[in-house]
Amino acid sequence: MSSRNAFKLPEAVRTGSRFRNAIGKYRLNRTGDCIACGKCVEICPYGVHVMRRGQVFVENHHLCVGAECPEPCHAACPVQALTLRRNPDFEVMGDFRWTPDLLTSTWHMAQFSEMPPKHLEYKIGGSAGGFDKLRIKFPPVEKGDKPLLEEDDELDVGVELNRRGDNAHKIRIDVPFYGGGMSYGSVSITTMLSRIKAAAALGTFCCTGEGGYPDELKPYDDHVITQVATGLFGVREETIQRVKIVEFKYAQGAKPGLGGHLLGDKVTPGVARMREAVVGYPLFSPFPFHSVYSVEDHKKHVDWIKAMNPKALVSVKVSTPTDVDMVAVGSYYAGAHIIHLDGSYGGTGAAPDIAKKNIAMPIEYALPKVHRFLEEEGVRDKITVIASGGVRTPHDVAKTIALGADGVCTGTADLVALECIRCHNCESGRGCARGIATTDPELIELMDLEWGTQRIINMFLSWRKELIRILKRLGMKSLKELVGRTDCLVHLDYMKRSE
Amino acid sequence: MPSKYSIHTHTAPHRFKAVTKSGIIAWEEGCIKCAVCVKTRCIYGVYDNRNLDPMQMIDSIDNECMNCLRCVQGCPKELIHKSLNPEYQALGDPYWSPDIISKLWYQAETGRIPVSGAGYPGPFSGPGFDSMWTDMSEIVRPTRDGIHGREYISTAIDLGRTARHLSLNDEGMLERDYSQIYDIPLPIILKMPAFGAVNGDIVKGWAMAAKRLGTLMALPQEMINAVPDDFDPWLVPMISPEESKTYAIPGETRIVEISWSEEWARVIEEIERAYPSLLIAVRIPMDEEIEEKALSLARNGVSIIHLEAAENGLFMDEGKQYMKDGIRSTHLKLVEAGIRDEITLLASGGIAMAEHVAKAIICGVDAVLIDFPILIALECRMCRRCTKELPCPVEIDRASPSWVASRVTNLVGAWHNQLLEVMGAMGIRDARRLRGEVGRAMFFEELDRATFGSMGEVEDCELE
Repeated sequence: MSSRNAFKLPEAVRTGSRFRNAIGKYRLNRTGDCIACGKCVEICPYGVHVMRRGQVFVENHHLCVGAECPEPCHAACPVQALTLRRNPDFEVMGDFRWTPDLLTSTWHMAQFSEMPPKHLEYKIGGSAGGFDKLRIKFPPVEKGDKPLLEEDDELDVGVELNRRGDNAHKIRIDVPFYGGGMSYGSVSITTMLSRIKAAAALGTFCCTGEGGYPDELKPYDDHVITQVATGLFGVREETIQRVKIVEFKYAQGAKPGLGGHLLGDKVTPGVARMREAVVGYPLFSPFPFHSVYSVEDHKKHVDWIKAMNPKALVSVKVSTPTDVDMVAVGSYYAGAHIIHLDGSYGGTGAAPDIAKKNIAMPIEYALPKVHRFLEEEGVRDKITVIASGGVRTPHDVAKTIALGADGVCTGTADLVALECIRCHNCESGRGCARGIATTDPELIELMDLEWGTQRIINMFLSWRKELIRILKRLGMKSLKELVGRTDCLVHLDYMKRSE
Repeated sequence: MPSKYSIHTHTAPHRFKAVTKSGIIAWEEGCIKCAVCVKTRCIYGVYDNRNLDPMQMIDSIDNECMNCLRCVQGCPKELIHKSLNPEYQALGDPYWSPDIISKLWYQAETGRIPVSGAGYPGPFSGPGFDSMWTDMSEIVRPTRDGIHGREYISTAIDLGRTARHLSLNDEGMLERDYSQIYDIPLPIILKMPAFGAVNGDIVKGWAMAAKRLGTLMALPQEMINAVPDDFDPWLVPMISPEESKTYAIPGETRIVEISWSEEWARVIEEIERAYPSLLIAVRIPMDEEIEEKALSLARNGVSIIHLEAAENGLFMDEGKQYMKDGIRSTHLKLVEAGIRDEITLLASGGIAMAEHVAKAIICGVDAVLIDFPILIALECRMCRRCTKELPCPVEIDRASPSWVASRVTNLVGAWHNQLLEVMGAMGIRDARRLRGEVGRAMFFEELDRATFGSMGEVEDCELE
């Protein structure tokens, strides 16, 4: 507990877009009629307009809140030189799950470490089901009533990861999330380091994925989860002994039941060295573990890790088939500390579209099923349940926890903080054109490590703040109180309005 | 075990530029001629590789663009923008959506399965087949690695009637010929679409694809003559009852199909008398009586029953029912009657994506027939101008048979690989065993209610 008090959250530092023109929902058009009177510069509360050398420019389109603006510049302009339009670029980005609103909201959080202004829908996406149809249910606030809780710092949003009470490390993360596995090779070393440095600063962890454990990560060993996956790439005794948490990846949500495939082009000398493979040859990570034919073999895996690193926590990452509840309970009896459920709609790496859409169930269904089953088995308080697969916002985090998780894993959100626009072309050509998911030396240069680290820190600090606000409104002092509280949620399709 | 089946695909380029989801709008006015323009730094070389298609007068720029928006975000004068393409959004109809159409184009061109990064981008669920998910095997076997060829997954299915037991006559001989059963190497049969700028060459191309794939092509009897005789074994003539008197069925035909009518028994009898070795399928429109009709056909000895839905995957009778549910209930009805294993059940209409094949089989059919996908493979935009006798914008009627065959082979090859992915994840290594396996699927109606049904109380609270 001393460590808990000693831990200090990192500072939020304003960190703008790394591209010249940030994208927002609106654009302001300025015609040649502008007389540079400076009225717009003066009244805009968001700093959209800038006066330079006697001329006025729209420098920050992306900060414009459009119709929500209390002091609209286009109405105040004495010569009607300004017109407000929807930005066509805005509509081109994103998809049903990550709407343009959610992308720009996340960028806002990564820039300012604050929730975005209300012209952006930042709580839900557009998938019309699951998280996007769930609402958090708050007791009514009546004027004059005193708030349910007072002090900020009393609130606890941390998660104990070792609930077995065995001899392994007692680990507590100070935020209810850690970074999901993205391997060296699928993302750049800068992306990897940004995530891990941010995790270290926030008192949490980040997983290496299955592409090995680059030396650059060594300073952050205490915040690294190393992954043992079916390809066993880069897994050595030394890497297992270096960390506090080891994750077994049995399956992943994006391609449940299917193996991984790293294209030959991505097997650069660096990647090949890390994975102990040959440059230019594609690498297959098979499915499933070819050493596991029964649940007993699964226990053998866990024991193997415990023999090499007795203090390590063992996390078991699985996807979400119909019998996911049996898998979870089996993992508990095999000795796992953490069961990590990866729902079918998440994932960051390339996968067949047919698998992403159709195979295995969304996390929103799997989680309550597993939570209930572990409770009935009487072991729910002995294992930590981590969920992932489509967790995009602090509201999703709260909903996930209310559905039965202790915490969540993030992946795509981190990449969006680094200005991923979800063009879905991570695998094509030289990899990500925006320098996030690539090993191309020139493209990696598009992103700076300090910038990336701070963007992720900013986003997660704002998530934390928002979670605290949600907890306060629920009248809860700890996130633990929210676990499995489905009565704090309403699904719009099943809503009963009393007459 | 049959010899290993694989479909060889070769890139078959589009003849026309595909309609893209968004377009680049680049203004010249105001350009300050930077020493290093963002256009020269495009990592896909979009601006360098652009050309003007002389036939269509279309700039290839939008087809090259991969939507990374770096030029949009980098131009110092903000002269480059992207905008959604209204022509793309207007493609097809609510069922044959722009997304489905463009993915079919991609598969027909490349023979590859659509792969993308960054998670699933679509809606949570949807109507019909979109309201189900398929299962996978966790941690332990029997997951199969079909796609990388390390384990053999068979997609072959049987067409015909399987007897429950052999019957012998008084002389101790088999009572009837039990050999009338054909297997096809994949559960996909081609079917002539209801419309399209189609001529003899196109039909010939489709027949070539059917032969190459080892499957069948169902087409109206009057089209049979468009195809050279040596394709006859791969054709399924669709005979309508009125013309049944003529029965000009080529000698090597193995299967014919008749449409449902009150007189189906008489028609079958007449055909059987003239062509005793033919297998006869009966096609019934999906409507409220589908289960009863299918049951009566099965009980009366019909070997292949084809359930035909509307092109949007709904029942034919203007109903709101989905073919998915019609297949399930018909399959179940036949199972309850103890007769399901004796007959072959097929379905068509609204099979638009590879996943629909797996899902229709899980719901209870042995195989599906695909119609519009083999037209969209030829770049069809589902604009339906041909139904008004207007010229086809992509000149399908001028395509060569060999190009048609390649495009359809590519599409079916990609679908076959996707079927292997789904079966592999489920741990099923034989398509015959996928049939009716609803226990290895998850249905929205059940899961959603079970999970969220209790989350409806909203008294005295505020929602966020």
